[in-house]
Amino acid sequence: MQIQESSKMYDVIIVGSGAGGGMATKVLADAGLKVAVVEAGPHFDPADPKQRTQLKWPYESPRRGASNRRPFGDFDSAYGGWEIEGEPYTQKDGTQFDWFRSRMLGGRTNHWGRISLRFGERDFKHKSYDGHGDDWPIGYEDVKPYYDKVDKLIGVFGTKENIENEPDGFFLPPPKPRLHELFYIKGARKSNIPVIPSRMSMLTKKINDDRGICFYCGQCSRACAVYADFSAGTCLIFPAQKNGGQVDLFVNAMVREVTTNDEGKATGVSYISKDDRKEYKLKGRIVVLAASACSSARILLNSKSAQHPNGLGNSSDMVGRYLHDSTGASRSAFIPDLMNRDTYNEDGVGGMHVYTPWWGDNKKLNFPRGYHIEVWGGLGMPSYGFGFNPNDLNRFFNQKVGGYGNSLRADIKKYYGSTIGMAGRGESIAMKDNYCEIDPTTVDEFGIPVLRFNYKWSEYEVNQAKHMNDTFEEIVHNIGGTMLQDAPSKESNYGLENPGRIIHEVGTTRMGSDPKTSVVNEFQQLHDVDNVFIVDAGPFVSQADKNPTWTILALSWRASDYIIEQLKQQNI
Amino acid sequence: MDRRDSLKSMFLGSLGTGLLLTGCDPNLGEKEVEIAKAAEDYFGRTPEELELIEKLQSEQFFREHEMDTLNVLCALILPANEEYGSATDAGVPEFLEFIVKDMPYLQTPIRGGLMWLDHTSNLEYDTEFKSTSEENQKAILDTIAFPDPEKPGWEQPVQLQFFSLMRNLTMTGYYTSEMGIKDLDYKGNQPNIWDGVPEEVLQKHGVSYDPEWIAKCVDQSQRGVTAEWDDDGNLLT
Repeated sequence: MQIQESSKMYDVIIVGSGAGGGMATKVLADAGLKVAVVEAGPHFDPADPKQRTQLKWPYESPRRGASNRRPFGDFDSAYGGWEIEGEPYTQKDGTQFDWFRSRMLGGRTNHWGRISLRFGERDFKHKSYDGHGDDWPIGYEDVKPYYDKVDKLIGVFGTKENIENEPDGFFLPPPKPRLHELFYIKGARKSNIPVIPSRMSMLTKKINDDRGICFYCGQCSRACAVYADFSAGTCLIFPAQKNGGQVDLFVNAMVREVTTNDEGKATGVSYISKDDRKEYKLKGRIVVLAASACSSARILLNSKSAQHPNGLGNSSDMVGRYLHDSTGASRSAFIPDLMNRDTYNEDGVGGMHVYTPWWGDNKKLNFPRGYHIEVWGGLGMPSYGFGFNPNDLNRFFNQKVGGYGNSLRADIKKYYGSTIGMAGRGESIAMKDNYCEIDPTTVDEFGIPVLRFNYKWSEYEVNQAKHMNDTFEEIVHNIGGTMLQDAPSKESNYGLENPGRIIHEVGTTRMGSDPKTSVVNEFQQLHDVDNVFIVDAGPFVSQADKNPTWTILALSWRASDYIIEQLKQQNI
Repeated sequence: MDRRDSLKSMFLGSLGTGLLLTGCDPNLGEKEVEIAKAAEDYFGRTPEELELIEKLQSEQFFREHEMDTLNVLCALILPANEEYGSATDAGVPEFLEFIVKDMPYLQTPIRGGLMWLDHTSNLEYDTEFKSTSEENQKAILDTIAFPDPEKPGWEQPVQLQFFSLMRNLTMTGYYTSEMGIKDLDYKGNQPNIWDGVPEEVLQKHGVSYDPEWIAKCVDQSQRGVTAEWDDDGNLLT
């Protein structure tokens, strides 16, 4: 079979259309470059009535929004999930790494929580601070100008707090707390745990004519039809196209490898079209990988040639190594003071209006890195699962549990909105022995060798999860509540989620100044091949106790500026 | 009229159309009109998802007698009251017919449980569950509706597990129906402007807003004004 090769020569081919790929598309197309964006899933626009799930009612889904098909529920805007038919991945030595992939234009930015935190000064130099992991070759001062630009381009609400290692930005004003959040604030403050307004990328105020303003439906996970929240498609790729950019979108295109020439330089990519199952090639002067930390590592490792026998950019043998995800543990609680609520519309923005940034001193604790706390609760829209065990909470009042009849209606109303949940999201230490690699025994339905994971948490992460649970219990106790689950045991790692579960996987192509111990330089350019860049979270040297998206965006912009500069100087 | 009230009246003025018009940004109003109108019957399915739903809907799992029994059972679990219909009136049996095809692991427990109801009714009252008197039906349910709260679900006798499952699915089916959402008095899922918890609710639950915190929050009357900052990130508009 013949591989069909496009005759068009692109300046840049970008693989992946999420946060990193979207930002590169915007910056490079705005600079007048000819850009091809190659996305493994279909086109997606939340404003398209055929794709929109926002403002739908549970009864519009015959499964009432249940999560048995889409993992975060039937209305969630992620096409994909932990398992994708025909696209397996495997595990090594008892590892349980859960890998979430979203195959669509905009990728996982369509459904994400929009928590938009900058990494702080310490986050880039944590080894110097505590001796663990490695420092980044760049510091906060290198990224700050780009964080500033991202804030202004995309919009993020928050407040100036002047807290150490929690840098402020150019914030839109935040929404007021909801009722359960006031209880959380009360409980946390009693234990001297700080709570501040969330920092999230929804527009509480106008930033330009292209984007709508938040109308408080609380459904950001469904992606916003008026573009009031950040998704890479709606806020970066569509504006790049609208701006007259030369952007060719290739959707349903599954990249197999980066192609190279006799000198070992990249010449483009080859992909399989999901529409006709044929192989195609695109030619470009520069290849930018933004397929997600693990997918980009997979593409590099599968791009073997005489010049790159160990995979592209992998002379150091570091591709796939230092894979790390945020830690996570969560609990929920019943707060009697939140019973018998009057109802009113408190949908608010999607997710939390308040949160707790890390407050502890790790030098006094048995784990080296911090975590932040996310909060949920409130008078939410019912979905599949609402009304299960309708009067289980009666047990706290020595009343009968179970039964049938109209008393169940009263039970539902009595307890509606009386539970809150807390989730800790923390930093793990990047380790060389946690990695993904190619499984030589397994291919996906496109014939492409798949990833195999090897990942173990250390005692540090387990200790951190215990601290999270202790904190949740203390806060709930402070507001007269009762935990709904028993404290998780040591055997269950204190409720620490499997790696991958928080969907903040980073580090597989880490940056560094030494080509022997890192994959890309500080501008995210492969040490081995100067016309290949990586702008997803692969280059992260360490995750912080923050979410990675805002840093992916800032670094992708920075790398894109460098590409433009290098092209001008004819260095690439 | 304080700012809160003026916002409220701004809303009330537009409630007739179910839409919010901010007055500051007519474009936002138009966009919202469009998305509120675009309620099609496929709620954003991919072609593959739509195909699956159509396939499941073309099949029939419950036999006629089983559907009749579910109609009776769901209305016993959640009967009508003065204001609202029963779970059966709200379409829960039809929801059950779909969900057991979508979650096939539910099929045998429910089919077997319905058979248990008939078996018990035949033994006790010499007739099937659906045909015996409501009093007899309730007498049967009373033996399976109150699980031991000290024991986890999987350790309960199987008929109690069946009833707990039916109660869960009936309640969730009802409260995710149009009728159930009205009954619950859920007020969201529509364009609006969040401007904090109503004062009377704060008082009822014994909490208040910290003035320093609120001073930093969005001034909703300025939401349509384009954001501008000074060099230090202080919002000017």
